[in-house]
Parts: sequence; C-alpha cells; structure tokens
Amino acid sequence: MSDTITANCPECDATVTFAKAPLNGEVVRCGDCSVELEVTNADPIALEVAPEVEEDWGE
Amino acid sequence: MTDTGNTNERMTVSIVGGSGYTGGELLRVLLDHPGVTVQAVTSRANAGEPMHRKHPNLRGRTDLVFTAPDELEKADVVFLCMPHGRAAKEIERYSGLGDLVIDLSADFRLRDAETYKHWYREDHPAPHRLTDVAYGLPELNRANIAGSRFVSGVGCNATAMNLALAPLAKAGLIERVIADIKVGSSEAGAEPSASSHHPERSRAVRSYAMTGHRHAAEVHQMLGDFTLDVSVTAIEMVRGVLCTAHVIPTETLAMKDLWKLYRAQYAGEPFVRIVCERTGLFRLPDPSVLGGSNYADVGFGVDPRTGRVVAVSAIDNLMKGAAGSAIQAMNIALGFDETAGLSFPGLHPA
Repeated sequence: MSDTITANCPECDATVTFAKAPLNGEVVRCGDCSVELEVTNADPIALEVAPEVEEDWGE
Repeated sequence: MTDTGNTNERMTVSIVGGSGYTGGELLRVLLDHPGVTVQAVTSRANAGEPMHRKHPNLRGRTDLVFTAPDELEKADVVFLCMPHGRAAKEIERYSGLGDLVIDLSADFRLRDAETYKHWYREDHPAPHRLTDVAYGLPELNRANIAGSRFVSGVGCNATAMNLALAPLAKAGLIERVIADIKVGSSEAGAEPSASSHHPERSRAVRSYAMTGHRHAAEVHQMLGDFTLDVSVTAIEMVRGVLCTAHVIPTETLAMKDLWKLYRAQYAGEPFVRIVCERTGLFRLPDPSVLGGSNYADVGFGVDPRTGRVVAVSAIDNLMKGAAGSAIQAMNIALGFDETAGLSFPGLHPA
C-alpha cells in the first residue's frame, strides 16, 4: 500500500491529496476553497495558485 | 394524515401563539420529528380552526386545531411564540405547563435587566427569571443549553452576526465591526402593516434601522465588547438574512489565518458550513438557497490593501434565526440527536 501524497493549499492551508505522484505543471483544485493550483515542483511538491481569468460579474 | 406517533412513547410539545410564521415553522419541523408529538397549538384569534388555515403548507399533515391559550394542558416542552413582552408577563404560568420552556421572543435573551432596559426602553417584567435562562444558540452556548429547563430564542440578525463574527471575536481579533444586514419581509412577522403592504414593500431596498438595532446587545452578550455598528436594510426577499460584517482587526490577517480560525470554530458543527470558494456561482453565503433549512453558511475575505476583513453569513431568519435553533436547542436539552428533524437542506433553485 503506497503512502498518501499530500501538500498544503497555499490559499487556505487545506490538505490537498494526490492519488499518484503529480507532474510538473499539473493543475489540481483545492477541495476546500476550490482554487486552481499548479504543481510548480513535483518532488518535493510545491503548489502555487494558478493564474485565472478574472470575472467582472457585470461590474 | 401523517402519523405523529404514540404520545406514550414520545415527548409531548405545545406551541403557544402558533399562528405566526415561527409557530408555523416549529409545527412543520416538529410534525416530522422522531422524538416528539405536538399536543397543542394555541391561538386565541384562531381557536377551533385547523392548522392549514394559517399554515397552508401543512394541509393534510395534522388533525390538530388551534386551541385557546386558557385550555392548554401540561406538556413536556412548551414553545412560546408570543408577541414581545407577553412571555415575560406570563412566564410563571407557562413554566408550570412545561418541563422545558423555550421562548422564541426577545423577552429572555438578555441576561441583565439593566441591559434589557437600555435596549428595550422598559423595565423587565420578570427580572428574577433572567439568570436561569440559557441563550438558545447551540453553536455558542451548547453546554448551558444541555442542562437547562428554560431556553431563550435567538434574534435572527443577532444569529447572523454571532456566527459570522464568533471565530474572530473569540480570538480577540476584533477592534471594530460595521455589520451591514439585508433582510427579507418575513422578519416583520405575520401581522400586516402599512410598511408591509405589497405596493410599498415589493421591490423595496429600505434602510429601516441604520443605527441602534437591538440585536447588537445579543452579539455583545455572546462575543464580548468591541465597537459594533449595525445597519439593516429590507430587500426583495421573503425569507433570509445576509450579514456582511466589515471588521477592522487588531492585527493583520491573511486568508490562511481566517481559514484556520473558522475551521477551528466550526469543526463538527452540524449546521454551520464554511462557504468560501474561488469557483462557481455560489462562492460565498447566499440566503436564497437556505429557505426552510437550519443551516448557517459563513464565509470571509480580507482586503490586502487595507487589512479590512469581511465576514459574511447567511441564514433563514425563520429557521436558524428562530424555529430551527429553538428545535436544535430542544434536541440538546432533551438528549435527542442534535440534528433530529432538522436535516432539510433548503431548495435550489429557490
């Protein structure tokens, strides 16, 4: 049984779990705050908030 | 008819003043509650009438008819849903008619008679009873409710503020708050008035309490002293409260700090959900999806430019802000599963 692979969300500090070893550039979504996260380093895992298209919500 | 159970095996409940909206919500939930049977619902003006005359959603769900308050018999639990001031004047009588009394009015929410006089501009009719009341917001007072035989209701706007601000207040992080509260028309109750007349109320965006709202007292009682300003606006909504609390914190906070505080405060709370997402249509609390539910949704943000923290909460004023919390408190006081009868999640689309 393999060890769980985890990292912390840089936005809300939630634990982000990976089913398998992530790849550089992979994008995942935080389960708590739903922000998109980019894997900027695979080993050790480093996550950064992925660039997103800004919505103006009609402003 | 819905089988409301065998009265020999279940706790019996009476609802006093049950023709209004909170009485209707109590009845709606309690008719399906696994541990109680509704024994009587009183309404002087509607005595002899079936429940659906005032609560049309309950047509076919119960054979009960409204009874006169004078005919009330003893029950295990008595909920009081009377107009302001009435419960305090008659509390000795009703205390004798129920082993557990839960008063949904504002009469017994404040523990201190002088504080009551300050906010309600009158002497309390039964000050000797103020000290044996447990304030009925489980998330902030569960331990005291558990052992109590006398529980107060909660203010709906107070509940929205208390739940939005508790994590910050308990950590001593609030210097000042300005709470902007938007409310639906059902907060005004079931009795019509000139201001609730449809041509006047429909589409209103009406600031009706810019300063001095009484529910601030309940926030101070539960969360302590800090500068709190409250402004309330009536908007085009029947049910619901949205509290947007602008907080000047005592120190600079980041989103991670806020997540940590709110997770710690509300971990394990069955009816408080953190809604603070970066994706989707419902990223922050919105009362429109909470109608009929006992859930309170809370969210937060911080402006990195100024340091202002914004704490947001949404509830159904008739449920989490009144009947729902009261039933949750009953469940705690009687040792039922705290969520019994309260699992309805609301509607979407509403």
